Amino acid sequence: MTGSTDLTRLTAAETASAVAAGEVSAAEVAAAHLDRIAAVDDRVHAFLHVDAEGALAAAKAVDAARSSGEQLSPLAGVPLALKDVLTQKGIPTTCGSRILEGWRPPYDATVTARLKDAGVVILGKTNMDEFAMGSSTEHSAYGATHNPWDLDRIPGGSGGGSAAAIAAFEAPLAIGTDTGGSIRQPAAVTGTVGVKPTYGAVSRFGLVALASSLDQAGPCARTVLDAALLHSVIAGHDPLDSTSLDQPVPDVVGAARRADVKGLRIGVVKELGGEGYQAGVRQRFDEAVALLADLGAEVVEVSAPHFPYALAAYYLILPSECSSNLAKFDGIRFGLRVGEDDGDPSVEQVMARTRAAGFGPEATRRIMLGTYALSAGYYDAYYGSAQKVRTLIQRDFAAAFEQADVLISPTAPTTAFKLGEKLDDPLAMYLNDVATIPANLAGIPGMSLPIGLAPEDGLPVGLQIMAPAMADDRLYNAGAALEGALLDRWGHPILEEAPAL
Amino acid sequence: MSTDTTEKVLPYDDVVASFDPVLGLEVHVELGTATKMFCGCPTTFGAAPNTQVCPTCLGLPGSLPVVNKVGVESAIRIGLALNCSIAEWCRFARKNYFYPDMPKNFQTSQYDEPIAYDGYLDVDVETDEGVKTFRIGIERAHMEEDTGKTTHQGGATGRIHGADYSLVDYNRAGIPLIEIVTKPIEGTGKYAPEVARAYVTALRELLRGLGVSDVKMEQGSLRCDANVSLRRTPSDTFGTRTETKNVNSLRSIERAVRYEMTRQAAVLEDGGSITQETRHWHEDTGITTSGRSKEEAEDYRYFPEPDLVPIAPSREWVEELRTSLPENPAVRRARLQQVWGISDLDMQTVLNAGALDVVEDTVAAGADQAAARKWWLGELARVANERGVELADLPITPAQVAGVEALVSEGTLNDKLARQVIEGVLAGEGEPDAVVASRGLAVVSDDGPLLAAIDEALAAQPDVADKIRGGKVQAAGAIVGAVMKATRGQADAGRVRALLLERLGVSE
Repeated sequence: MTGSTDLTRLTAAETASAVAAGEVSAAEVAAAHLDRIAAVDDRVHAFLHVDAEGALAAAKAVDAARSSGEQLSPLAGVPLALKDVLTQKGIPTTCGSRILEGWRPPYDATVTARLKDAGVVILGKTNMDEFAMGSSTEHSAYGATHNPWDLDRIPGGSGGGSAAAIAAFEAPLAIGTDTGGSIRQPAAVTGTVGVKPTYGAVSRFGLVALASSLDQAGPCARTVLDAALLHSVIAGHDPLDSTSLDQPVPDVVGAARRADVKGLRIGVVKELGGEGYQAGVRQRFDEAVALLADLGAEVVEVSAPHFPYALAAYYLILPSECSSNLAKFDGIRFGLRVGEDDGDPSVEQVMARTRAAGFGPEATRRIMLGTYALSAGYYDAYYGSAQKVRTLIQRDFAAAFEQADVLISPTAPTTAFKLGEKLDDPLAMYLNDVATIPANLAGIPGMSLPIGLAPEDGLPVGLQIMAPAMADDRLYNAGAALEGALLDRWGHPILEEAPAL
Repeated sequence: MSTDTTEKVLPYDDVVASFDPVLGLEVHVELGTATKMFCGCPTTFGAAPNTQVCPTCLGLPGSLPVVNKVGVESAIRIGLALNCSIAEWCRFARKNYFYPDMPKNFQTSQYDEPIAYDGYLDVDVETDEGVKTFRIGIERAHMEEDTGKTTHQGGATGRIHGADYSLVDYNRAGIPLIEIVTKPIEGTGKYAPEVARAYVTALRELLRGLGVSDVKMEQGSLRCDANVSLRRTPSDTFGTRTETKNVNSLRSIERAVRYEMTRQAAVLEDGGSITQETRHWHEDTGITTSGRSKEEAEDYRYFPEPDLVPIAPSREWVEELRTSLPENPAVRRARLQQVWGISDLDMQTVLNAGALDVVEDTVAAGADQAAARKWWLGELARVANERGVELADLPITPAQVAGVEALVSEGTLNDKLARQVIEGVLAGEGEPDAVVASRGLAVVSDDGPLLAAIDEALAAQPDVADKIRGGKVQAAGAIVGAVMKATRGQADAGRVRALLLERLGVSE
């Protein structure tokens, strides 16, 4: 590496091989990213906590291992931004909520432990909508994250911090979590790559639950190959998570390198597109479909008739599970405690005061919705019916995958909207996830990758690829093929189009 | 209401003359698994507060449960022993309510898909017409986790109202529980309190036999809630019930049911109606007081636990567990009584002494049943009582008791010597043979030394010898006694007497 190389511009794969070859030290890489964070994050606000000391120590450990001749793992020395919904021992974990302010978990999430074991350098914790509820990071108790493409716009959510950190070259890799689109939608609006693996592929142990049956952690990166490398580090069976799949992880890295869609049957989902989707999003999507056909894919249209009910079902299942999952935040054992000295309150009063003060408006809204949906007399009509819709959506997918190897759609109906634009209209906000939610309800994997800028606003557009459960490798194969063809067409990565910060 | 301790009651005879009781019993059993239901924390009783905890049983953010397989196995074995069907597929559910001793503010339990359902347990109760068997229907047995334990500090009552502060110990949080719920128990009439007690007694015996729990009511590893309602006649629909909690001994179950019947009857006789509510049993005063009424009861918002996968025990596994079940206690009792050929009363004596296992084992080791009962209900019961321990905890095994008895029946020992051998075994002097040898206790069976001792005694008491010769056979006792003394009890008194009479040429 020459001194003039900007280490923050390298891909994760490039960084790892440079570190492994001794061309650059992991400590230099970490320092370059910490410098970048110091330079730009006051405007982007991707991070809630930067652990400079821990990051440099981890990087030096990688360097020491290399000097002593140890075989380094494929991502050793690569910096990463960790979404603040995953625990990291001793490091503040807030989930973007006031109610967890100051809590330092006594244990590592399985994802965190696997990253550490792989020599990945964790730079800090990224901003998010409170408890991962939102599509803009505006519901963070610690202020919104700004989209590096336009600081007045949202970076998506809930994982806007992770996506923005990558797009702003503050880290080459990040971990997100995706309950209804929280990895894929931020990837789409920031011009980055994000993958929600098959449900159960990545351990949820240490992932602070929003909706247990939907949550899944996954990789965020600037390239499909980088995402695959990260995917293979964090995926795999974990006995600490009962819902973890005890099956071999598909060869996602090999698939990303293969990048060949010749003869692949690609299904365009009729219900995820058209009306309600921004013109520039539709245009770029149609061009990408044509490009895939040019690459030799067999493009077919498929129908998923129950998808129009997905959003409604999701907004019953998610709040129901979330109302129970968030019950533990009561000020008794950890985190915020409010009002214990005001009068002579009962324990119930302290719990109520803590929760009233600690949860923001979106968390409160969903807790109340879920509490209502699970109540005696309403359960069958709401939670019960929603579970039936979920089954129907799974059947839709099963039928569609009879006709196609992968399915595609735009990731989000629009490009990044302005901060504040949808904050007072929850339903408009919820519609951002209309195309991503079905994959969560069915437990199947999905990827978003950038396919260009919308002509009308010059902002990134994402394409979503979905595959059957445990066929995550198909996402990487198709995604890498499309990415490569687009790169050839553009002559440079899309993020080079973004304005300098 | 909770301070109202002077509720009117109706005399019990009047209650049963005018009302028909219906019971429902809910028993919580703490399993004796080495680790908790959903994490790897140990379950040892009495550890320092909050030392047996981890992120999962503390409900820390991000933690997840993993099901304890031994807990599921125990639940299935309990279900099978209670003649239940075992679900082919069932799930855990979350029972949502806020309480500081609930780390997650929901309890992981089972709701409409219990692992075991639809069984029964037969219990025997002494009635005016002799022993009668009541079949108690089992509605369900399901798995759940225990809560932490709250202690209220300061204030007068140790209860939450008036306390200065409260301490929570989460060591108990997550310990596996099985909740066993009966169907409505009808047709017991005036024996309702005895039936309730007999059911819990039988259940405890069954659980102990399964080895799934230490079933110690005083330590809370077996807890009972009693639902009681009254109606005018058995053909009426069920009356409004109350649920009495905190009933923590067998005697209390009987007393609590009886009290609740007399209290409810008084309310109904006065034209009042029963409030559906939780009531607390007070061991000291023998009454129940009103707790939370069901109007204020919470909606638990049950839904399937999404952090766990369904439990689907294979039929092979269930059958394997079924064949490994110990014999049903009632069947076993009947079998042993028949084999031993003893009366109901004798059997009851064995049961009351808690001697069934040791007697059975002693017989199995070769002793005659009568001898086995004699030792365990006599000498050994006395020692156990003195030491304040259970028979099984005495430092002597059924095999050793059978060994002593074998020495008696072959004539090496007499009763008096045998007691000394047992004393030696209890004192840790080794096996019966070793005690006989070291204490030199064997009966003198060689006639030579006995005849010598007889001659000596006759010489010492010539007047007695003459009396015997003269036909006063009853005087022989004095000589026999002297011989026994001379041989330090190691002679067979019967043999001595026979030799003596032969010596003197007299017959009985």
